Amino acid sequence: MSEAVLVSTTVNGDVVEFACPTDEVLLDSLRDRVGLTGVKEGCGTGDCGACSITLDGQLVCSCLVLGVEADGRDITTVEGLTEDGELHPLQQKFIDHAALQCGVCTPGFLVAAKALLDRNPNPTETEIRYALAGNLCRCTGYDKIVRAVQASAKELNKARR
Amino acid sequence: MYPFNYHRPQSADDALALFKAAEDGIYLAGGQTLLPTMKQRLAAPTDLIDLCNVPDLRGIELETQAVSVGALTLHSEVAGHEGIRSALPVLSSLAGEIGDSQVRNRGTLGGSVANSDPAADYPAAIVGLGATIHTMDRSIEGDDFFKDLFETALNPGELITRICFPVPERAAYQKFPNPASRYAIVGVLVADFSGEIRVGVTGAGPCAFRASGIEQVLNADLSPESIDAVEVPESGFNNDLHASAIYRAHLVKVMAKRAVADLLN
Repeated sequence: MSEAVLVSTTVNGDVVEFACPTDEVLLDSLRDRVGLTGVKEGCGTGDCGACSITLDGQLVCSCLVLGVEADGRDITTVEGLTEDGELHPLQQKFIDHAALQCGVCTPGFLVAAKALLDRNPNPTETEIRYALAGNLCRCTGYDKIVRAVQASAKELNKARR
Repeated sequence: MYPFNYHRPQSADDALALFKAAEDGIYLAGGQTLLPTMKQRLAAPTDLIDLCNVPDLRGIELETQAVSVGALTLHSEVAGHEGIRSALPVLSSLAGEIGDSQVRNRGTLGGSVANSDPAADYPAAIVGLGATIHTMDRSIEGDDFFKDLFETALNPGELITRICFPVPERAAYQKFPNPASRYAIVGVLVADFSGEIRVGVTGAGPCAFRASGIEQVLNADLSPESIDAVEVPESGFNNDLHASAIYRAHLVKVMAKRAVADLLN
């Protein structure tokens, strides 16, 4: 067992501190210590994107970041997408477009799509597919997911005007 | 993962001292290869030395006829940097094709190059552009850097600080990606330095190399068709579940032709 280190982070806007063994990945810290189980473990080796979160605004796989590396950083997980209990437009559009079946990949897709729309509010289909290339879905395929992201972009842009 | 000691040094000297004191130390420079390797128990270092707080390893500098990139610069930073996109577009487009968004937001230039994965993209640019790898104590020419499968000219504990890429008149990179990982099955970078052609190949052999046979015909006639006359022997090429050595040898020519066509466009 590795030694534990105190890690101070901001998770979805809240200051969170936890004692983290040095050999623990951030995915496990978030699930087991912070209690945020929206983040999922798929492959555990950075291929599937189910564990996607943002770290200082950058989309990363939390299975390939050590918990100790998150010290002093700002984290957003899928739980941070809702506001006052209201689903984020991306979440609503995923439901409306049936862009999920089993749901394991969905939190990662939502976080990745949000990272894209924060940076590029009007992505083309090619840009959406490029941005979501690190997220794998083994149920629906990708078409409904792309449509849901396009619909969310439209709605978010309407709200901005 | 097997347990290890974690260090976060504040200077390159401290990082080196920690490396020397460790039984089996390794630098963490993004971890997109190292961490999965450790999770699969293919690596079991006693000490992980995280370079994230070491100063002077970041930043992009545009020099006359060269682009200098700090070792800890992310792939996404290289891909998105306006200065590189205009001065050396082949490097930004190559970086933008590495893995996926999540990998590009975490993986670093120095980490990729020091690892010398046979299928990594950056090594094609190191040899194809004739880059210089600067470490704490010396400079290594790109031609002399990659030695073998996961082996480089770096000494144990030697830390890459920056990599300097000369700017050619024009250049192009074409790769045949593994559809799942987007690692290069074969990737070829062709660069034209005022009539002197350099060709860097990754993915085909145990490490990146210059394709001197292709360079020779392109120096005489810079056209995709001239590559038809070149024999690329498969001997020594990688032969694995992704592609046979013969197929890789074939792809070297195909990717080289596409890169030349792209470069002439």
